[in-house]
Amino acid sequence: MVQTIETQNLTLSYGDSIIIDELDLEIPKGEITVFIGGNGCGKSTLLRSIARLLKPKSGAVLLEGKAISKMSTKDVAKQMAILPQTPVAPEGLTVLQLVKQGRYPYQTWLKQWTEEDEKQVTNALKATGLEELKDRPVDSLSGGQRQRAWIAMTLAQDTDIVLLDEPTTYLDMTHQIEILDLLFELNEKEQRTIVMVLHDLNLACRYADNIVAIKDQKIYAQGKPEIVINCSLVRNVFGMECEIITDPLLGTPLCIPYGKGRCILKKAGTMIGS
Amino acid sequence: MSEYRGFRIFKGKVSFLIDKRATVILTILLLLAAVIFLWSTGLGDMKISPLTVLKVLFGGGTDMEQLVIHDFRLPRIIVALMVGMSLAVAGGILQGMIRNPLASPDVLGITGGAAVAVVSFLAFFSDQNHALTVSIKWMPLAAFAGAGIIALLVYFLAWKNGVSPIRLVLIGIGISALMQALTTLMMIVGPIYRASEANIWITGTVYGSNWTNVAILVPWTVIFLLIAFVMARNINVLELGDETATGVGGRVQRYRFLLLLISTALIGSSVAFAGGIGFVGLMAPHMARRLVGSAFGALLPVSAFIGGILVMLADLIGRTLFSPLEIPAGVFTAGIGAPYFIYLLFKTRNA
Repeated sequence: MVQTIETQNLTLSYGDSIIIDELDLEIPKGEITVFIGGNGCGKSTLLRSIARLLKPKSGAVLLEGKAISKMSTKDVAKQMAILPQTPVAPEGLTVLQLVKQGRYPYQTWLKQWTEEDEKQVTNALKATGLEELKDRPVDSLSGGQRQRAWIAMTLAQDTDIVLLDEPTTYLDMTHQIEILDLLFELNEKEQRTIVMVLHDLNLACRYADNIVAIKDQKIYAQGKPEIVINCSLVRNVFGMECEIITDPLLGTPLCIPYGKGRCILKKAGTMIGS
Repeated sequence: MSEYRGFRIFKGKVSFLIDKRATVILTILLLLAAVIFLWSTGLGDMKISPLTVLKVLFGGGTDMEQLVIHDFRLPRIIVALMVGMSLAVAGGILQGMIRNPLASPDVLGITGGAAVAVVSFLAFFSDQNHALTVSIKWMPLAAFAGAGIIALLVYFLAWKNGVSPIRLVLIGIGISALMQALTTLMMIVGPIYRASEANIWITGTVYGSNWTNVAILVPWTVIFLLIAFVMARNINVLELGDETATGVGGRVQRYRFLLLLISTALIGSSVAFAGGIGFVGLMAPHMARRLVGSAFGALLPVSAFIGGILVMLADLIGRTLFSPLEIPAGVFTAGIGAPYFIYLLFKTRNA
């Protein structure tokens, strides 16, 4: 396993409260890695610190073996792109203008639109299916289109690694699948390493090559979803009882939570609490 | 709908993406500014046709026309143009940097700092007979110093592991209120006719501008406007928010500080020579945004011309409409600006 991102003894905190405690993590190259965990477990914080948006309290994040804190932020930006959670585009900014910002690390004030810039921006628009919408203001687009525009911006950055913090939040199911399919294809076709935080455990199982479950400031488990996801993991990480079945379409694990609800099965009474 | 054309010269060593629509709008505004400049120079107690104005500018015309244009009108109109451009660009930078269309030089307390400096100057340097003990020529310097000190104070008070836009605004509003209180206090404490002098200054006027003012203001403004235009792509990135800006390799804190310095330099020189002309820094960039969108490469130059036009017009109205009475230009910018501000607030509430 070749790793591209590595954390060493990484401790993250907000003020005095420790969020992540002495974490050693390796993220494999060319795969989709998904961070999962309960609300407030620090999965987003971890992603943000890998993307140098948050300074660690101690420890280091290494990018291809080099400490990220010692690299120039532009050099990092040429290797790793980050899409923060629910970014907001300035009023009236067009899709093209937004996607062009992805070229920022390659620009100087005299070189703002090289042939390479144009090629990368065109490719990013094509990959996200936004060619037709490139002159529309981002704030006039639908949620799914808007998220694709932001993803296009990170693609224009032409990096091997793309980090995404909950890229499907606030999207309906159709658009969640659309975005994740897009990322999956990028990984398949261009071997980009994708690291993201997802809320939905089932979607995580479906798309991830590698799942990192976070609990109590530590990694609870890491590996292929079909190997690491089981009832006891869900119980310990999410504090929820469930049954794990196989997705009838893809064969990946599917988590069915226990709890209340309208039961219309003939053999009622198998649920916990009934 | 915008159309773009790539622009590359010197074997790709220089390349830009040109927004065609913005280029057209910019050209129109440039011409409009030139027309208003000439027209305004001709208007006043003595009416001179724009053609004669052109003639006078190139050394022709009668002695009387020469005197009126060269000594009375040109300096103040040039100052009005420079001040309008400076305030508009400074406002545009602040709005992008703080990511809020309501940000302006007034909101951050920078103009307030200049006002306090000016009233203090007038109060402290008056002797028993209410005569100034130092030359009035130092007043612009006091205003500039006031603006600079307050901008830095706001910046350092807002510092907490870097400066976040929201802290900058909140501290700015607080300091701004404090500055207003201090200004009022100094005006009450100082001699009464100084208070009225201070009041005219606070409202903002280009009355009494001379060629010495022009000689200082023009190079200063041109240099900082050019720096601002060069920085446009960094403002573009800052406007995406700190996280995205960092993600694409922007040095957020460094640029935020540099941009605050540039806007302070522009605001400082404006208040020094024209007092607290309000609302231009708020309105001009907003109108520009309507015309050319949010990309700062186009937004800043377009704002600059709108600002210049606004202040030139405000001054023109102020010195001709109620002639021989002079109304400070700031009255008219505020006259259009205040309703515009309310309209903006109203619109943001519904957004």
